[in-house]
Formats: sequence, C-alpha cells, structure tokens
Amino acid sequence: MNSLPRLRQHSVLPGFGLTMGFTLLYMGFVLLIPLAGLLFAAGQMSLGEFWEKGIADRRVLAAYRLSFGASLLGAAINGVFGFIVAWVLVRYTFPGKRLVDAIVDLPFALPTAVSGIALTTLYARTGWVGRWFEVFGVQISYTWIGVVVALTLIGLPFVVRTVQPALEDLESEVEEAAAALGATRFQTFTKVIFPSLLPAVLTGFALSFARALGEYGSVIFIAGNMPGKTEIAPLLVVIRLEQYDYNGAIAISVVMLVSAFLLLLTINGLQWWSRRHEG
Amino acid sequence: MADTTNLSRAGAVPAHGDSPLVRRTLIAVALGFLGLFLILPLVLIFSQALAEGVRVYFDAIREPDSLAAIRLTLVTAAIVVPVNTVFGVAAAWAIAKFEFKGKSFLITIIDMPFAISPVVVGLIFVLMFGATGWLGPHLAEYGIHLLFTPAAIVIVTLFGTMPFVARELIPLMQAQGTQEEQSALTLGASGWQTFYHITLPNVKWGLLYGVILCNARAMGEFGSVYVVSGRIRGETNTMPLHVEVLYNDYMITAAFAVASLLALLALVTLAAKSIVEWKIARDMRLASAAAGEAPAPDGESAP
Amino acid sequence: MSIEVRSIRKTFGKYTALDNVSLTVEDGCLTALLGPSGSGKTTLLRVIAGLEQADAGSGPILFHQEDVAKTSVGERRVGFVFQHYALFRHMTVFDNVAFGLKVRPRKVRPSREEIREKVHAMLSLVQLEYLSGRYPAQLSGGQRQRVALARALVIEPRVLLLDEPFGALDAKVRRDLRRWLRRLHDEIHLTSIFVTHDQEEALEVADRVVIMDKGRIVQEGSPDEVYDNPKNPFVYEFLGNVNLFHSRVEKGMAHFHGLRVESPQHETAKGEGGRAYVRPQDFEISREPLGESSFQATVQHIYRLGATVRLELAREGEYLTIEVELTNDEFRARGISKGDKVYLRPRRVRVFTDQEMDDSYTSSQL
Repeated sequence: MNSLPRLRQHSVLPGFGLTMGFTLLYMGFVLLIPLAGLLFAAGQMSLGEFWEKGIADRRVLAAYRLSFGASLLGAAINGVFGFIVAWVLVRYTFPGKRLVDAIVDLPFALPTAVSGIALTTLYARTGWVGRWFEVFGVQISYTWIGVVVALTLIGLPFVVRTVQPALEDLESEVEEAAAALGATRFQTFTKVIFPSLLPAVLTGFALSFARALGEYGSVIFIAGNMPGKTEIAPLLVVIRLEQYDYNGAIAISVVMLVSAFLLLLTINGLQWWSRRHEG
Repeated sequence: MADTTNLSRAGAVPAHGDSPLVRRTLIAVALGFLGLFLILPLVLIFSQALAEGVRVYFDAIREPDSLAAIRLTLVTAAIVVPVNTVFGVAAAWAIAKFEFKGKSFLITIIDMPFAISPVVVGLIFVLMFGATGWLGPHLAEYGIHLLFTPAAIVIVTLFGTMPFVARELIPLMQAQGTQEEQSALTLGASGWQTFYHITLPNVKWGLLYGVILCNARAMGEFGSVYVVSGRIRGETNTMPLHVEVLYNDYMITAAFAVASLLALLALVTLAAKSIVEWKIARDMRLASAAAGEAPAPDGESAP
Repeated sequence: MSIEVRSIRKTFGKYTALDNVSLTVEDGCLTALLGPSGSGKTTLLRVIAGLEQADAGSGPILFHQEDVAKTSVGERRVGFVFQHYALFRHMTVFDNVAFGLKVRPRKVRPSREEIREKVHAMLSLVQLEYLSGRYPAQLSGGQRQRVALARALVIEPRVLLLDEPFGALDAKVRRDLRRWLRRLHDEIHLTSIFVTHDQEEALEVADRVVIMDKGRIVQEGSPDEVYDNPKNPFVYEFLGNVNLFHSRVEKGMAHFHGLRVESPQHETAKGEGGRAYVRPQDFEISREPLGESSFQATVQHIYRLGATVRLELAREGEYLTIEVELTNDEFRARGISKGDKVYLRPRRVRVFTDQEMDDSYTSSQL
C-alpha cells in the first residue's frame, strides 16, 4: 500500500522517500527557515517604521531608483544585444564561433569581484575603453552609467541562453513557408520569427533583471557609491548593517526579496505560457 | 576545428537566409558587444596582473595573506561542493524520476537562491548568528561563535551555490526517462545498483559540469561572504575578498594577480562546459539512436 | 509456469486503465494482448510484471498458483522486454546481457566464468554472438530487439513479458522477427505474453489472443476462434477491414440493400434495427445477377495491392462505398474495369442487433 496515494503516483523506482525527505529537510534548513526568519523579523517592525526605513527614506528611494532603473536598462540592453548574439550563434557560421559560444557563459563563472575591478579599470577615464568616452566628456566608471555596464555584464548570458534553444527549435520550414507565401524577409522576421521567440526573450529579460537587482560584488567597485546618487540598494543594506541599523537593513531586504520573488513568479508564468503556446 | 566549420558552412546557409550585408553587420555587432563586455575585461585582468612582470605576479600570489585566502577558499569549496552535490543528486532523483504534486513549485523554490541578493543572505546570517541574533547568544553560551569565522563563510556559500548541481541534473534525468531503470529492476538489480550502474553513468557529464560550476561559484562567492566574514586578513578573507582588500589599498597589480587565478578558474569552467555539452550531445544522439529508428538495416554492421 | 490474474483494477487519477480484469495464461502458452491504444493492454502487462501496482481491492496475481502481488518487480523474476528495448546505452551488448547476472547478491551470483558462458550461450541463441562487443547505438533495430530479449532471458525468468516487441521496427524486419520469435518460443516453451495493437501480428504469432478495449477483456480464444467468431462489433471491426450495412433483423433473417440474409442466432427478433458486417474478401462478384441475394453496384476505384486487388463500389444513388477484395487471378478472370456495373453477393455475413451492440460490454464480461 502506498502511504501517500494522492500526492504521488506509484512508481517501481525506489528511493523517493529518502531523497525527497533529504531534499526537503536540506532546503528547509538552508533556505526556508532563514527566509521565514527574515520575514518574521520584518513582521516585528511596526508598519510605520517599515514604511519609513524601507520605502519613504530619500536615500533609500534613490537607491531603489538606481537599482531598478539600472537593472531594467541593463536587462533591456541584454534583450536587444543578447538576441543578436543568439541569432548570430544559431544562424551563422564564422571562424571562432565555438569559442564565442563558450565565452557567453563567462559571467556565470567569473567571480563578481573580479569582473567588478576589471570593468572599473577598463571604463575608468584612463582605461582602455573609458578614455574614448572621455573625449566626448562622458564618464562611465563611478557614475550611474558604470552601474548599468556592470549589471549588463551580470545578466548577459540569460537572454542568449534562453533565446538560443528557442531559435534552434524554430523550424526553418516555417520561414520558408512565409517566404513562399510572398512575405519579405523583414515581414517574415517581424510577423513570424520574432513573435514565436518573444516568450524566450521576455524570460531572458526577466531573469537578467532579477539577477541584476540583487547584484553586489561587481557594482560596488564601479558605482562610486555616492549616497543618493550612485548607491545601489544592496550596498545600502550593507551600510545599514554596519551602522547596526538592523531594522533598516531588514526593511530594504524585504522590499528587494519580494520584488525578486515576484519576478521569479513572472518568469515561471512566462515559461508556462510559452509551453502552452508551443502546444 | 577548421574542417568542422567548413562542414557546417556547407549546409548552414539556407536559401531564405539573410543577405551577406545583414549577416556581416549582425556578426560585427554581436562580437563588438561581447568584446566590450566580456573579452576586453578578461584580457585586461591578465594584462594588469602581469603589468610589472612575472616576478611581481608570483610574489603577489606567494604573499602570506594571499596564500591564506587561497587556502580558505579551497577549504570552503571542499566542504560546500560535496554537500551540494549530494543534495543536487538527491533532489534530481526525487524530482526527475517521480511524478508528484507540487513538482514545478519545488523546482521554483530550488531556483530561489538565484534571485535572492547575496547581501540579503549575509544579512539573514547576521540576524541568526550575530551577537544579538536569534541563535547567536544561545550558541555563545556553549562557546560557539559563528559570525566572522570560516564557518560563516561555509554556511552562506552553501546557500548561494545550492541549486547548481540540481539544475544541471534535473533536465538531463528528465530527458532520459525511467525505462532503463525499470529495465534494471526487472533484471533483479537493487535500488542502489540501479542508481550506481544505470542512472549515474547516464548523467555523469552533466553531474561533472554541475560540480565544476558549483565549485566556481563557491570559490567566487562575494556579497554574502563580504557581510559575514568580517574580512580579517589572513583569517577570514577568501580570494574574492582579498581581491577587494588589495584593490581598495591601491595594490592594483596584486589585486589583479589574485583575480587572474579566479579568472583562470572561470576559463577552466567554461572549457569544461564546452566539453561536457559536446559529450552530452553525443550521448543524446547515441541514446536516441539506441531507442529509435535503426541506423543500419538488419544484419549489416555499423562501424 | 501458468499466470493467473483475478479482478485487477488500475486507475490513474480519474482514468480507469483496467476495469476488473481477470485472465489465465496456460503454462508454456504464447499469448497476445491485442487492443487499440488506451485499451489497457500495456498496463495489464506492467501490473503482471510488477512495474505498476494494481489498485487496492484487486485480486491476486498468481504465478503457478503462488501469489506474487505483494512482491517487488525484482523478486518476481519476469523477463520483460520494453517497447523501445531500454538497452543500457553505456554498456556493450555483452554487458547488457550480463547485467542481470552481475547484480545478483554475492551468494547466488554465478562466477565470472559462468556468467561469460551463460551470456555467450544466450547470445548464440539469439544469433548475435558476433556483436557482443558493440554498443546499442551501433546495432540495427532488429538486433537491439534481440539483445533485449537475450538480456531478459538470461536471468532464467519464470515468464516472459513483451511490450509491443515489434512496434518500433519497419515492416519487413517486423515480419521476419515475429516468425523468429514464434520459432524461439517453440524451442524454449516459456510462458509468454506480448502486447500488440497489430491484429495481423497477434493472429499470426500467438497461441491465444486476448482482445482488450477500454480497460476490459472483450474476447479471448485461439486466433481462429476470435477471427471467425467475433463476439461483438468491436472485435469484428478491430480484426481487419469490414463493410457495415444498416439492416433490419426479423425472425432469423437480416434485411439490407434489398437482400435477405440468414442470421440463425436472431430466430426471435421482431423487426429490430441492427448492423450487418461483411469482410471485403467475403463477397462474390459477377457481371450477371447471382440470384436473389445479390445487388448491383458500380466500380468506382480499383487499387492494386500486389497479390490482391481492392475495389471500391457504390450502389446506384447511394453515397456509401463498399470495399471488395479479390485475388489477382479472380480480378483478371472477371475482366473488371472502372465504371462497370457488377453484382455482389455476400458469402458470409455477421449480424448484430442494436440491442446486442449496447449489451456487448456486459456480455463480454460474463
């Protein structure tokens, strides 16, 4: 007899109880209890205090604006260029393509502190790239533009890696059919190809956005960290913590956590939607 | 390399494809974008690290605080990676090989560390184990202090790198189904024998990559470790933290020297990924050939 | 070893895969479970193997009078051949076949030498000894099928269960392999059940055919019995092509197309509606009227199928097509061409009244 007849379909494979038990236990200890603890701690605060420390404060608001704005912009840049990279990698062949394909994952594997100091040096006024912008009076490192640069790098693989498989699955027959029906290349792209890749692009965009929102390591080097100007929300959490203003840190963290969770739900919704669309 | 490129080029340009102008422009844009954000930073790391010569480079790495940071990073990875590998294998087995309610919800939960800021992870740890935290004072009664110790680093790293092995294995195990396992069971194999002889060999490449990626992330963990370690030189500084300390002390060359080790680790990880992907693709081809249509007519021998 | 299952029920959520199924398979018998997809045949096979668990309240599963319902799949010692073979892709043919011996507990495990001998003996039985070093991906479909069989047989199973054993093969290999399986069975006499949706395969290979539909057993018997005497319209339609005529049944006679055909089992019918079935090869065809029980139709299409010829005909002013199958010789002798008007007389007709159609499920369960 099965002890959990409604929860699980019977299977002859053994080990479900053991592995599922361990999985839930481990996740409980490492993930759920800590998160519940944070929410509990936030619950101890009065609503007024939470509002004051987590939202209404001018410095906090400025940090949110920078974090959300730069993340959004970074994700948008990745949406456009990530799409082009995915397109080029799937559709064209050129020397060194395998190498380029491999390097896309670099932000997954490179420690954020390392990419942080590298970008800062690269985009500083005297840096290899920064000096060319300096000519036009544009400064990147230690400004909000630097934050966008760092967050773009962090989210770069997501759009490429979600669009790539979708593009590979797209049958070339569909395009040939559109061409045979008299559509121009541009029409085929805007009316046939892009709509079917849209769920993947949006998923990649949302993942990139979510990842950028919480990023700390690569941003603090390049941001300049001027209160109210180039200070991101995660940095403010650290600052509050160092000031022993635990409630301030908790309030900002909860706002970020809730945003991240909503994004995760959106991503899941998008994936569910795209699966349904593919039938 | 050259002949595979030619091979794919021969068949890869469809009649309805883009014009050469569009193609070249897009390739240039893509390479420019990747160059600006990935390749230039990577080149810069090594060039800065070696800016003052090989001698200075190795001196920076051999310096006692650097060595201590390398040692702590290695120890942390040596604890974190096996634990999260066991977790990943167990979770993948339960999730990929069985049907149960709430499966997709569970997968979402496993992904959560991706979306949670490392700084928030560090904060939670401080709230739990700090001197005025929920558990900290109780543990202090037994003389256990976790905050600002290597133990703290290990625990937050466990959190941050939890999903990597599981995420590699789950789709792979799902794609492989349960037929071979069922087959082994009908032949009298025990559960462990089935797992060891059938499941594990089939996912070994994915598992290997999961472990390598988990290792890279464990060694590179920054935000959460930054908060809980106390950044005590020679004691609780991991390599990424040491990079930060050196950089902020304007010891740029030394900072890039230590960073170059981490960058090397990242490159090794990427190389491993490429190899593993190639192996998995090959295994999948073999598997679909083994399950599906006959490649050779009966009696005729394949090479 | 005989197999007997009693009152097996199996549901997946709201879907009933097996609805109170009982079945006996005699010792040494090769039995086919035949039915359309979703009829529950594979589920029944998997329940017998222990790969699925029957719902609570189901009856026993007896192997030679011993109830194995509570034992695990490994303990049942069944040879199971999966539809897609489920060969271990990372092992050679030799290792695949040896697996079942190598995983035995140390006490009952044969020595390395014995394993080698057994595996080679088994591979020579399936005529694959020369491929023992190959990997599954290097084999053709038919060869994989035989490796799967060897792997299942080497553990000396008490019964052999095969799930759509020829399903993934192309037509020619399929025919060769099923004849080979029949010969193999005649050699080893292992009680075997195989699942198939192909009536030709079931009728050709099996000693007994068990026909399933919607989770129930509809009819069982020897291939001749079920073919010649389908118990209900489902079986009739499932076993080969049929022509269907709506008819009226009265006092032992069925009336359709102005014909009167004897239907002795409906002696007491009083003008009920019904269906008359005639198989395409059960028509006599002629240019002249064939007495009272023939009707006229026009040849609309002629399809040549190698050894046989299929005609599609229609009656004057009717939409319904009638299919007739002739041998090539017959066709040539009659000199029929498209557009000809010919006379058809059914040689063999099977009539079911509407009442019987509704009852067919309940009656088949008795």
